Amino acid sequence: MKSMKLWFALAAGVALISGPASAVELSIVSGATGQDIEDIRAGIAAYEKQTGNTVKIVEMPNSSTDQFGQYRLWLSAGNPDIDVYRTDVVWAPQLAAHFVDLSDAAKDIAGQNIPSIIESQKVEGKLVALPMFADAPALYYRKDLLEKYGMEPPKTWAELEKDAKQILEKEGDSGLNGFVFQGAPYEGLTCNGLEWVASHGGGQIVEPDGEITINNDKAVAALKQAAGWIGTIAPQGVLSYQEEEARGVWQTGKAIFMRNWPYAYALSQSGESAVKDKFAVVPLPAGEGGNPAACLGGYNLAVSKYSRHPDDAVELVKFLTSADAQKDRAIRSAKLPTIGSVYEDPEVAKAQPIVAQWKDVVTNAVARPSAPTKKQYNEVSKDFWTAVNETLAGRGSAEENLKQLDRQLKRLKRGGWE
Amino acid sequence: MTNVKLGAPPTEHSFVADEAAAVQSQLSRQRLRSAWMFLTPMILVLALVAGWPLVKTIWFSFTDASLDDLAGANFVGFRNYLEYVDYGDGEGEYFGLLVDPNWWNAVWNTVYYAAISVTIETVLGLVFALVLNAEFRGRAWVRAAVLIPWAIPTIVSAKMWAWMMNDQFGILNDMLMSVGILSQPIAWTANPSTAMIAVIIVDVWKTTPFMALLILAGLQMVPGDIYEAAKIDGIHPVKVFWKVTLPLIRPAILVAVIFRALDALRVFDLIYVLTPNNTQTKSMSVFAQENLFQFDKFSYGSAASTLLFLVIAMITLVYIKAAKLEFEGGR
Repeated sequence: MKSMKLWFALAAGVALISGPASAVELSIVSGATGQDIEDIRAGIAAYEKQTGNTVKIVEMPNSSTDQFGQYRLWLSAGNPDIDVYRTDVVWAPQLAAHFVDLSDAAKDIAGQNIPSIIESQKVEGKLVALPMFADAPALYYRKDLLEKYGMEPPKTWAELEKDAKQILEKEGDSGLNGFVFQGAPYEGLTCNGLEWVASHGGGQIVEPDGEITINNDKAVAALKQAAGWIGTIAPQGVLSYQEEEARGVWQTGKAIFMRNWPYAYALSQSGESAVKDKFAVVPLPAGEGGNPAACLGGYNLAVSKYSRHPDDAVELVKFLTSADAQKDRAIRSAKLPTIGSVYEDPEVAKAQPIVAQWKDVVTNAVARPSAPTKKQYNEVSKDFWTAVNETLAGRGSAEENLKQLDRQLKRLKRGGWE
Repeated sequence: MTNVKLGAPPTEHSFVADEAAAVQSQLSRQRLRSAWMFLTPMILVLALVAGWPLVKTIWFSFTDASLDDLAGANFVGFRNYLEYVDYGDGEGEYFGLLVDPNWWNAVWNTVYYAAISVTIETVLGLVFALVLNAEFRGRAWVRAAVLIPWAIPTIVSAKMWAWMMNDQFGILNDMLMSVGILSQPIAWTANPSTAMIAVIIVDVWKTTPFMALLILAGLQMVPGDIYEAAKIDGIHPVKVFWKVTLPLIRPAILVAVIFRALDALRVFDLIYVLTPNNTQTKSMSVFAQENLFQFDKFSYGSAASTLLFLVIAMITLVYIKAAKLEFEGGR
């Protein structure tokens, strides 16, 4: 009897030792803006506990343009070391060939997502990636300063400009800036530029049917207005700011207004922030005779075709994109859910009020023209952000630059987008 | 190498010559064989890591290759370089790298950057080398300290300078403003008129030590007695520099310049990190990378890489001709 017990204990011991050996090690690669990596780490901890698998995180720089170049290289080389890629919302058509079709695996989850977001990840019927979080920018403003001068948060860009000028004048603080945004030549400026143009009623650069519409009077007016901000309410340096540089200026209390994604909300409210409890957010202002427009952003998780453990990787993706995981991220770092029901969750509303307010903004957000321009989107985007950046920098007028952009895009399109 | 058969008995002249020739040819054959044996691994490695990619890149530049499907590339001739698209009705347009203003802008940026930065680095490097060549206490320490910028990886120094040049928090603006040179902060990397200057400043900071080191090596080859003689003759030190030092270290400087120029013409990392996507500083390599990996234009990027190779090869050949550099080992 005694020997039997011993036998059992031994067997159990062997089972314990051999247990982890059958578990899989997965890797996930992601950019690192704000708390992105901490978010993933938290999600993964829960996953590891539940499954016994281990997940390695590979960190990338925060510019999505840089990430894309690296991912494309890895995927083209059929690199099996990365199982799960965190992909930008605009990448689906360009990388679709390298990812596993998630349609079947995600039958039950896909339907819970906001339709426009899940649609953005479908390429010719193939579900390329599952949405992890959505992004739609906000106008951050200094509540204390606006209240001091009896101002309401601006409804139009012109109001924003006027308010910023007034406050700057009255405060007389040379370290204070009126408005910071993402003006560096990179994907983020395509978002900012698209918002200015679309909010003036100037279209979406390339319309869903593939027609190039950027060269119009409203787009010219939008870019002219934005160019007028540089050196007056926005610092010269904004032409090299990405998200984190803008947040750096804002969070040290050196800006009255900031255009940024909701991730900055949680961080601006954190312990060492100089603007803690002194700010609030509203949707972006509208242009002359237009409606506010927010650029649809966000990240998705895709499974590499070259993964050694595709099934486990799909499970990991489902786990990290589930309603529970999205709720957790919304509470931790104000990441906007892509699953509608999470917005109504009382715990989320209490922890991050911005999330609850943002459902409409996300649902009505303007998509970048990644679907109509297909594999040529990156070049379209580069041509657009270059034109916008040059206009902001005062190299050529808005009319000239948009006319040239129009010509470039037409040359790029030639027979049709492919 | 002369082959003298030691201990050979004195014989008829013709016989000696014949035998010497036979010995020489046998020996030289043997030497030739071992030379090839030693060289073969190196040639193989070079062909594999340098030759093959080069050939492959040139091949891709004549195809319609896409990074998603490299195996399925079709030959398309010169289309990536130049192509006339006829729209009918006598209307048409040229496409291709040779008529791409972005490419020529990148070529101009690169040549401009290389010319200015290498010139400044050469002059500064020469000054540093002259100082370091003088005898003073703690010279070893100074020599080591001067090398630090060169030892830091470019990515790190570029990022470091990007923060130092930041318009809001940057120490560079702070220092220049407290001395009174600037009245308000400059956004060094963002401002189109200063972006290239910023890149050149960082490059000069980083690479001057390298130039100084190479020129210093040349300086140390100059025999000291020449200076002694000049001193005894009472020649002014400035004249000694122009008439003695400079001519003697000229070969060292010319070699150093070509090393740097080759490096500068293929600049990528510094520009990619310090001023990403900026039209004012985009170099040929950045242009190629962008087309190869960012856009779906692998073959176009390959064409850019091929032209980059040709441009550098041409500039190098012209330089070698102009500077009358000799690599044949002739004295």
